[in-house]
Amino acid sequence: MSGRDLELVSVTKRFGDFTAVDDLSLTMPSGSFFALLGPSGCGKTTMLRIIAGLESPSAGRVFIGGEDITATRAHQRPVNTVFQSYALFPHLDVIENVAFGLRRRREKHVVERAMAALDLVELRHLAGRKPAQLSGGQQQRVALARALVNNPAVLLLDEPLGALDLKLRRQMQVELKRIQDEVGLTFVHVTHDQEEAMTMADTVAVMNAGRIEQMGAPQELYDLPRTPFVANFLGRSNLLAGTVTDEHGGLLGVDVAGTRVQVPADRAVARSGAVLVGVRPEKVILLGADDPAPPGATALGPGTVADVSFAGVSTEYLVDVPGAGRMSVFAQNLTGVSATPGGTVRLAWSPQHAFALVDDGAPDDGTGEAVEAAELSEAAAP
Amino acid sequence: MTAALVVGHGTEVAGARRRSRTAWLLLAPGLLYLFVFFVAPVAVLLLTSLFERVPGGPVGATRPAFAVSNYVDAVVTYAPQFGRSFLYAFIATVLALAIGYPLAYVIGVRCRTRPLLQGVLLVLVIAPFFTSFILRTIAWKQILADDSVVVSVLKTVSLLPDDARLTATPVAVVAGLTYNFLPFMTLPVYASLERLDLRLVEAGGDLYATPISTFRHVTLPLTMPGIVSGSLLTFIPAAGDYVNSALLGNAGTSMVGNVIDSRFFRVVDYPTAAALSVILMAAVLLLVAWYVRRSGTEDLL
Amino acid sequence: MKRLSFGRYLLPVYAALAFLYLLTPIAYTFAFSFNDAGRSNLVWRGFTFTNWQNPCGAPAVCESVVNSLQIGVLATVISTVLGTMIAIALVRYRFRLRAGANLLLFLPMATPEVVLGAALLAQFLNLRVNPGFATIVIAHVMFCISFVVVTVKARVASLDPRLEEAAADLYASPRAAFWRVTFPLLLPGIAAAALLAFSLSFDDFIITNFNSGNTDTFPKFVYVSATRGIPAQANVMGSAMFLIALIIVVTGQVLAARRRRAAAT
Ligand SMILES: Nc1ncnc2c1ncn2[C@@H]1O[C@H](COP(=O)(O)OP(=O)(O)O)[C@@H](O)[C@H]1O
Ligand SMILES: [Mg+2]
Repeated sequence: MSGRDLELVSVTKRFGDFTAVDDLSLTMPSGSFFALLGPSGCGKTTMLRIIAGLESPSAGRVFIGGEDITATRAHQRPVNTVFQSYALFPHLDVIENVAFGLRRRREKHVVERAMAALDLVELRHLAGRKPAQLSGGQQQRVALARALVNNPAVLLLDEPLGALDLKLRRQMQVELKRIQDEVGLTFVHVTHDQEEAMTMADTVAVMNAGRIEQMGAPQELYDLPRTPFVANFLGRSNLLAGTVTDEHGGLLGVDVAGTRVQVPADRAVARSGAVLVGVRPEKVILLGADDPAPPGATALGPGTVADVSFAGVSTEYLVDVPGAGRMSVFAQNLTGVSATPGGTVRLAWSPQHAFALVDDGAPDDGTGEAVEAAELSEAAAP
Repeated sequence: MTAALVVGHGTEVAGARRRSRTAWLLLAPGLLYLFVFFVAPVAVLLLTSLFERVPGGPVGATRPAFAVSNYVDAVVTYAPQFGRSFLYAFIATVLALAIGYPLAYVIGVRCRTRPLLQGVLLVLVIAPFFTSFILRTIAWKQILADDSVVVSVLKTVSLLPDDARLTATPVAVVAGLTYNFLPFMTLPVYASLERLDLRLVEAGGDLYATPISTFRHVTLPLTMPGIVSGSLLTFIPAAGDYVNSALLGNAGTSMVGNVIDSRFFRVVDYPTAAALSVILMAAVLLLVAWYVRRSGTEDLL
Repeated sequence: MKRLSFGRYLLPVYAALAFLYLLTPIAYTFAFSFNDAGRSNLVWRGFTFTNWQNPCGAPAVCESVVNSLQIGVLATVISTVLGTMIAIALVRYRFRLRAGANLLLFLPMATPEVVLGAALLAQFLNLRVNPGFATIVIAHVMFCISFVVVTVKARVASLDPRLEEAAADLYASPRAAFWRVTFPLLLPGIAAAALLAFSLSFDDFIITNFNSGNTDTFPKFVYVSATRGIPAQANVMGSAMFLIALIIVVTGQVLAARRRRAAAT
């Protein structure tokens, strides 16, 4: 009843001159909930279509349970898809939509099994309706039941929640997760919603421009991003351009606009030369202009508060630090400094929360701190 | 890696080839059919049009030749018939548009909220086909005959001079053509009006204020494809028609179709009939190409 | 105010007049099917049911109608199959010579019927084929194909290709995907094309006249007997065909409307 693992080896897909999937290799372990996260147009759908057999790769191989299925046609693969647009058959009622795969494989007890699948998505009472008579959320669940009922080795979900409103979306996320626990299939869930990916998946792969930038457990990815793209696509990061100056006791010293910033060596992608030092906004604390930094902390500043936005659970401060650029700080609304725009503050964080990346020159989709910081530090250099 | 690359590429190419083979399997029977029963006959027609009569031979005997003079003779002799064909067909097309467009508008737009009524009206446009257009044309001939009720009423109320008649006139022929090809105009126009998004018309009402300019700037351009195919489907058969002229007209309304028909069946003069057909086809195709290009709807099929 | 009244009243009145124009000869034909006509059905001689009670009283009429129906069915089936295949290929596949294929399909529609008829006859004479039933069917299929292609193509184009992919994803072989998904979804378009092909074939006179030899179709019979006098049974047949077509389609419409209403509740 459990799924099988899925392996892609050097898969490339070109459309003319354009490379939609670029030399991509990855393994998804059996029974895992795997989320593929990336911006629109990065090749997620193309990759799913290659796995489903609806598109053949320009190069590379696809394996399911160790078996090479690259040349197997779509209808012969033990893979089912929940399409982005659902693609329910408009001329068949709900039960026949769900029964479609079972009937094609000449299975027994088709109606009972289709009904059971409808029970799983709580739609038994709508079995006789046509797809056009269902709401978006109901259509989505029919599409899910139609794929699940076949008990595939791998279930592909292409932004299945994309068309739903926020509330229904959250509800369906819980639902999907429950169903995956219950049936134990390998789920490959494509989304461009980072929150959805992190709350649902065992493993998240961040995809950008046809490549996997990084993959791992959600906390792991969030805690230690390995590229500027991941650092800003999964949550947000302050990225400071600097140069590695020394290494002592497992800590790298990095010169950021004249200030020495420390980064654990094992949290650095590169240990010498130009790096980007990253720290998450919620890991940074605000200090008054003359407050001492906590012992062992890295301190930066003084800087000027440019903007304060209150968001209930936390407050976001934007601080302009000369030479380092604009930094973002999420402060819990407990006590401590409450800065006002125009005020002078200093920033501090524990070096254990910092990480160092290599600037790959890729346009990041964050607030542009890295670029801004780099420009500023260059201007500040003698 | 290299192997994977090569094999991977191989499956893709094989897939593309398989797809294009399916395409040709689907296309081949129909296109082959058209080659054998359309292209080849037209080619034969072209050859026949250059044959020459065997001097002193039996009626209809011809032999292969390159008698371009057939064309010259045909044009010189039958120029009036050509003129009438295109003139009558043109007037009939304009009239059919004037009658068919509002008709299609009522069915396609006004009746949108009442699908049943819409369906019934649409059937009433198509169903006349099943009565046979010959029978309907003959019905017109009798309705408009000299001793018919219509003519006597018109004469009594002095709408028609005492010595005038309705049948055996160019007016009757054009009216017959208009009548017979009206469904061919109405249906394509209806198809494009049915798809018309009424919100666009409302938006037009917002922006242009008068219904006439809304119609000119929004509705008309959006239904242009329907108008183009409707007028082609009316003009082309009308230009080649001979039934209306034969049943409703007289010797003075004879069109090219009548000449081709009689050259083929009565005079047994195949080369002239063929030359006339080729000229008619070429002229119609030129007109169609010009019209399609001018109206900017290249993708008719 | 003025434009409101134009839209509201004038347009429907105009349409009603157009329908009057369209249906007057049919009403005439229908009325004269009850004429106690004798040999020539030109003047009203009195009301009778005999023509309807004995529609084959003029045997040639019945024969020609049967021919027309048989030819219509054959031509419809063949042209619908060939045309549907072409329509699917044109929309779904990329292939070389596509423009050529489009032109080849457009030309028969852009060629006047006399030319089509004359060309085919020239070809049949050339091949020493005697015109008759078979050549009529051949000719009808030829001019119906393009109309079928145009009609079905619109339907294929509006079909979501994802649905076929979904079928393949759900273990349907290409054949099963076609018959279980594509075909049922194309069916309304195919039915419309078949209806159009049948109407065109049933009502064709000019091409038929060129390629029919001694075989009579209903339109040809009427045309030929016009000079000698058309038997009232021809009016019976014409009216009956009209009524049958009307009843079939209207019944279909009513059933569809019922289904729509049932689905809405
Ligand atoms: N059939 C195709 N032909 C050409 N380009 C394509 C095709 N399918 C996808 N692409 C391109 O490949 C890129 C990736 O597409 P897709 O996989 O759909 O992205 P995503 O699902 O991540 O939004 C896009 O830039 C898209 O334009
Ligand atoms: Mg996508």
